[in-house]
Amino acid sequence: MFQQIIIACFLVFGIAFMLLALGLSWLLSPTRPTKGKGITFECGMEPLGLPWVRYRSGFFVYAILYVIFDIETAFLYPWALSFGRMATNWFLLVEMLIFVAILMAGLLYAWKEKALSWH
Amino acid sequence: MNPWLVALLRALLILLVMLLNGAMAIYMLRKVLGHAHLRLGPTELGPAGLAQLLADIVKLLVKEDRHPNRSDRWLYIIAPFIVFVPSFMTFAFIPFSNKLVAANPDLSLLMMLAFMSIPPLGIFAAGWASRSKFATIGAVRAVGGMITYEIPLLLSALPPVMLAGSMNLQAIVVSQSTSIWYVLPCLPSFIMFLICAQMETSQTPFDMTEADQELVAGFATEYSAMRFGFMYLAEFAENFVMAALAVTLFLGGWTLPGISAAALGPFAVLVFVAKCYILIFLFMMIRGTYSRYRVDHYMEVGWKRLLPISVVWIMVFAAALRVIAMLKGGA
Repeated sequence: MFQQIIIACFLVFGIAFMLLALGLSWLLSPTRPTKGKGITFECGMEPLGLPWVRYRSGFFVYAILYVIFDIETAFLYPWALSFGRMATNWFLLVEMLIFVAILMAGLLYAWKEKALSWH
Repeated sequence: MNPWLVALLRALLILLVMLLNGAMAIYMLRKVLGHAHLRLGPTELGPAGLAQLLADIVKLLVKEDRHPNRSDRWLYIIAPFIVFVPSFMTFAFIPFSNKLVAANPDLSLLMMLAFMSIPPLGIFAAGWASRSKFATIGAVRAVGGMITYEIPLLLSALPPVMLAGSMNLQAIVVSQSTSIWYVLPCLPSFIMFLICAQMETSQTPFDMTEADQELVAGFATEYSAMRFGFMYLAEFAENFVMAALAVTLFLGGWTLPGISAAALGPFAVLVFVAKCYILIFLFMMIRGTYSRYRVDHYMEVGWKRLLPISVVWIMVFAAALRVIAMLKGGA
């Protein structure tokens, strides 16, 4: 329970410190808004067109692969822990080798299909 | 003693450490980068330009806080909190010495990595909420970066866990003091970890999110005054946290080889901080030396090199551990 209290304290303290510093800044700093200051920066011109540009997300496929591999990593952590504690167990090793080999085959397939490059 | 009081005092202490580190790191960055570029860095204010730190803090505090009028107001205000607060919370798990650690749960490594993966979401929120073209591109790149480095980063922290048989950072340090520093058996992981740390903190070879020459200030273009200050304070904090994690996992934490924890006494903290700053210095030298990756090359390096290498290395490492255990115990 003590550890949770500390982590909760850090959360509250971090937010409180930020509010304090922002409040101090609010007290000390001048406020003279002009029309120009409210405009989004675009190299000195009036902003052209929509601000949310259509940005080609060339990494859409990466994002899907990321989900798969992130889950794999989440599995690897408890495995590494128990493997470290009983390294004499063959079963643990072979099991994980098979699991990883299947995933790597998937990665190689994605690679071959050019999913891992922007085109 | 009241646990809430203890917790509050620890948070206060760690906050001081974090602020001090931020100030130190800014000064150090300017000096190191200056000398790397054959300049002198700050020299005017105070001895060797040391008072520059104070001047910077005062400047951030008294600048006008400007809101772009087409920003997404709420998200714009919340985003610096999402960036700053989790990077402050990661400090709770750093073992500065055998007694000086704010929070020491059994899974402290996992907790630390979990908190470390929140700030990129804040960076995305900041860039998106600004409704500026440069900031939007920076924000999208932040997400692209996160899905690139995170898996190799998590995987490169695995071999020390296997060797120590624990996910508690303090236990990992202690088990290194009784055997050897894990940098020797896990050298490939260490190198991978350093590369991913550069990506995680978006330092120059991989600073996709802010890339000054391309994106003005990237995700932080529309932020000013103290909000901007917090974004950068969080960045320097992450720098320190990554260095501290590398030191803890691979370089023996607060221990020195051949000297017991009792003999080291209060100097353990100094040993730890010195190791961290040596690594931060290395990061800064890399930052001053290499040029930036192109954004698609950056993702390809992550997916085609770092990820396969780290997965294969972990399996080789596990098999080697198994064989060594067999030779030793004959099971």
